[in-house]
Amino acid sequence: MTTSRRLIASLRTPLGMLALLACAALLFLVVLGPVIWGTSAAATDTSKIATGASPEHPFGTDGSGRDILLRTLVAARLSVTMALAATAVGVSVGIVVGLLPFILGGRFGQWIVAGINIGVAFPGLLLAISFSVILGQSGLAATLAIAIAMVPSYGRLTHNLGASVWGRDFISAAHVLGVPVWKTVLRHVLPNVRDPLIVNAAVTSGNALVSFAGLSFLGLGIQVPHYDWGRMLSEGMSRIFVNPAAALVPGIAIILAGLTFVLLGEVLGAALGTGTRGSVIAKFRRRQKAREAVLESPASSTLSLSEDAVYSVRNLRVSASGHHGEPNDLVKGVSFDIGRGEIVGIVGESGSGKSLTLMSLAGLIESPLYVSADSAHFDGQDLTIRADGHPARLDRHFGEKLAMVFQDPMASLNPALHVGGQVAETGLLHLGLSRAQARDRAIERLEDVRIPDARRRYGQYPHEFSGGMRQRAMIAAGLMGSPSLILADEPTTALDVTVQAEILTLLRQINADVGTSIVFVSHDIAVVTSLCTRVLVMYRGHLVENISAEALRAGHAEHPYTRALLATVPTMSTPRDVPLPSIPDGTDFLAEADQQEPSDAECAPGPEVSSTTNSVSGTPAASAPIFEEESR
Amino acid sequence: MTGQSPLTVQTAPGQAPPGHAAPTQASALVGHPMTMYLLRRFGYILISLFVLVTISFLLVQLIPGDPARASAGEAAPPEAVEARRVELGLNKPLIIQYLAFWRGLFSGDLGDSISLRIPVIDVITGRAPATLELAFIAVAIALVVAVCLGLMFGALTRSGKRHGTEIGFTSVTAVVAVIPEFLAGIILVYLFAVSFDLLPVAGRTGPASYVLPVIALAIGPTAALTRIVRAESLTVLRQDYIRTARSKRMSSIRLYGKHVLPNLLTSTLTISGLLLGGMIAGTVLVESIFAWPGLGGVIVDSIQGKDYPLIQAIVIFYGLVVLLINLVVDIALILLDPRTTLDAA
Repeated sequence: MTTSRRLIASLRTPLGMLALLACAALLFLVVLGPVIWGTSAAATDTSKIATGASPEHPFGTDGSGRDILLRTLVAARLSVTMALAATAVGVSVGIVVGLLPFILGGRFGQWIVAGINIGVAFPGLLLAISFSVILGQSGLAATLAIAIAMVPSYGRLTHNLGASVWGRDFISAAHVLGVPVWKTVLRHVLPNVRDPLIVNAAVTSGNALVSFAGLSFLGLGIQVPHYDWGRMLSEGMSRIFVNPAAALVPGIAIILAGLTFVLLGEVLGAALGTGTRGSVIAKFRRRQKAREAVLESPASSTLSLSEDAVYSVRNLRVSASGHHGEPNDLVKGVSFDIGRGEIVGIVGESGSGKSLTLMSLAGLIESPLYVSADSAHFDGQDLTIRADGHPARLDRHFGEKLAMVFQDPMASLNPALHVGGQVAETGLLHLGLSRAQARDRAIERLEDVRIPDARRRYGQYPHEFSGGMRQRAMIAAGLMGSPSLILADEPTTALDVTVQAEILTLLRQINADVGTSIVFVSHDIAVVTSLCTRVLVMYRGHLVENISAEALRAGHAEHPYTRALLATVPTMSTPRDVPLPSIPDGTDFLAEADQQEPSDAECAPGPEVSSTTNSVSGTPAASAPIFEEESR
Repeated sequence: MTGQSPLTVQTAPGQAPPGHAAPTQASALVGHPMTMYLLRRFGYILISLFVLVTISFLLVQLIPGDPARASAGEAAPPEAVEARRVELGLNKPLIIQYLAFWRGLFSGDLGDSISLRIPVIDVITGRAPATLELAFIAVAIALVVAVCLGLMFGALTRSGKRHGTEIGFTSVTAVVAVIPEFLAGIILVYLFAVSFDLLPVAGRTGPASYVLPVIALAIGPTAALTRIVRAESLTVLRQDYIRTARSKRMSSIRLYGKHVLPNLLTSTLTISGLLLGGMIAGTVLVESIFAWPGLGGVIVDSIQGKDYPLIQAIVIFYGLVVLLINLVVDIALILLDPRTTLDAA
């Protein structure tokens, strides 16, 4: 149903068509090649032995005066059927060997797995050569040798896929119901791992074809008077100075046949949804959908910037290219200032654009997303990009003055580098410190954020740190310079409650001691109201409320969405016998706000109204995109 | 920021909250899993060696019919067959033969080659250097080129940029990766010897004679590896710690060289072990094309000549090289990324 539809869909891409065509051509050669050209390919032309191209023989003749092209076409049958036979045997045995450990279980199963792992280490060609010692030199022996050599890698693939299914609930259910293990494996495991096995079988066939040609080329495969592409190759190789086509034509046949199997694998992979990484088909599909993003020129309504703000932006937009080419604004023109020493919270539900806003403040938005704003200033620097691009001093400015803390401390430190080096890096990069100075300052900063035994911890890797310690190390790295702003993107979401409290205390302490401003993005309005001095509420890409935390706590929120959000926070006095309130689905708070008295509209811009949060008025600034991330 | 702290929660190692117990536990036992890992790795090598030697011993035993007759030839008189039986040691009980085989391996006395009439060990020591040179140069070049190219194309085509480049890259590497080493060899011979007489195509004479065999051996695996490296670098570039690094604003050389590369190498090396092993096997084909005086040419002759003592020794030799490469990859992984050992433990 869906699989066959997906198969048809992937066959309708250019690559799918090509795969279909190539397979049809190969099938035609295999079935009918020897029937049509068999006799003429065997005909010897004694007047033309080992000659070059001529009208009768477009690619010349071989040592016995036989036509190279016809022989290549006829050899397709033997080359392809031998490869397919080897694949069929090797894959079937491999699947059985891969599934046996599940059926047998216990020590014997472990031995099989160990055997597979040892076999996989040895390359297939080497195994095939070794086995041809036992089996002798013939086409059949080579086929069998290649099939045997295939078993370990296919067995491992099957076993790994099976192991990923083995732990699932429906397997346990089958165990509980007393289904025999071999039945469970056949009925539940095999169908679930079938698709990747089929895709890999196509790729494996291509490898088998090449290996078979290799064995024949060495003289260990097909023997005279029969011939396949590998045999022709070795015959042509000996006469390459007389007629290169004798070697090149069967060579090209091998490449084309090999590519056919690779293409088949790609198409099957796309259809069965097991696409190998970076599947070309998947890219074609995505390409058909994606169009160049057309960046809308920023809206004209602007306000002058506040002088004493650490960061101020006007009409900030983050856009993505939509499905039909029109830009799709994810952040729809927000304007705000971050004052010195303020802790500003940005709250909103998932997808409200709060994290995107934060990332664009840091200049970390990358294509396919685009940032634009009418104006933006950070700590005295104009962030507008000019025609000559992104000035280097801005990098330094950001490096020194901006600190960032991300959501997941497990992922935001580089696992391959020492923590200390990562903390000290800003010192080396932007503060002109020597390695030793940077190290000393980093250890100082680690002590400041209360990392115990900082000197020893400096040389440790992130995996040796706990989650809370990693987050504090991230903060320490931000403090290497003299940051005027810390951007924190849900810095406590991934942490335990006690560790959360530590991190919040630490941030508050930095704010109190040094006066660093903090922007704190969170979906947790309770945390935000307790930590922050001011709260920005975002809803569907709009800034709907800009209110002091005090006013918020006092219940002075004006926008209906903010009020709905506040109502969801349970308190100690929340009645326990009624369900907790939630944001109602399907309510459009923007429309609701528009219907209310005009005083609300000031904080609640509709699509046409730019957010005018700080009521400063002035002349419109020149509109230009800001800090679109330069392509490094 | 120093001074009195309101922090009340201790996060010394071992006291971390339950959610983060795993890494903390690992740090407390860091020496222990490392030793365990090395021991296990060493045990694995020993078992693989044992299997390798046993299988190469059994190769001769498993030959259908009478190996002595097969070796001496169908038309040989019975006395010649018996003489060959004694020569191969097949007249003794199996277990004695097996033990003698092991003793021979340790003493370096692997018997005489039947076709060449010289000790097998001399054939191996005389020809192995040429094979090893070829293999290791090609492996090194494949790794370096693939990592550089893959990282470069990963950087160029990250987050869906430059569709044209991406499609060009994937198509070209897909085609090149399909070309087996013996075909690459033939095409190179055609281009450099038949069309233009630029480089030597046979034998091992000077530095120039290495060029074509190395390219023939390395080009296919390099293309395949480049694809892997690009896919891996796209994965690494999506990680949060790269965003952290980018937020520090550094040069792209530092970003890619210091922050991306180490993470890329671990995953790439893990995947590429098999590919590199395949290159060792590929030397057999390449050597036969370029008349390279290594063991590759001998193995085919010895199989066709039923020279069993030589075959056994060569199979063990190639197996050893593959095991060695796997070991080197594993050691490189430990040095690059200490987590590997812990994950495996």
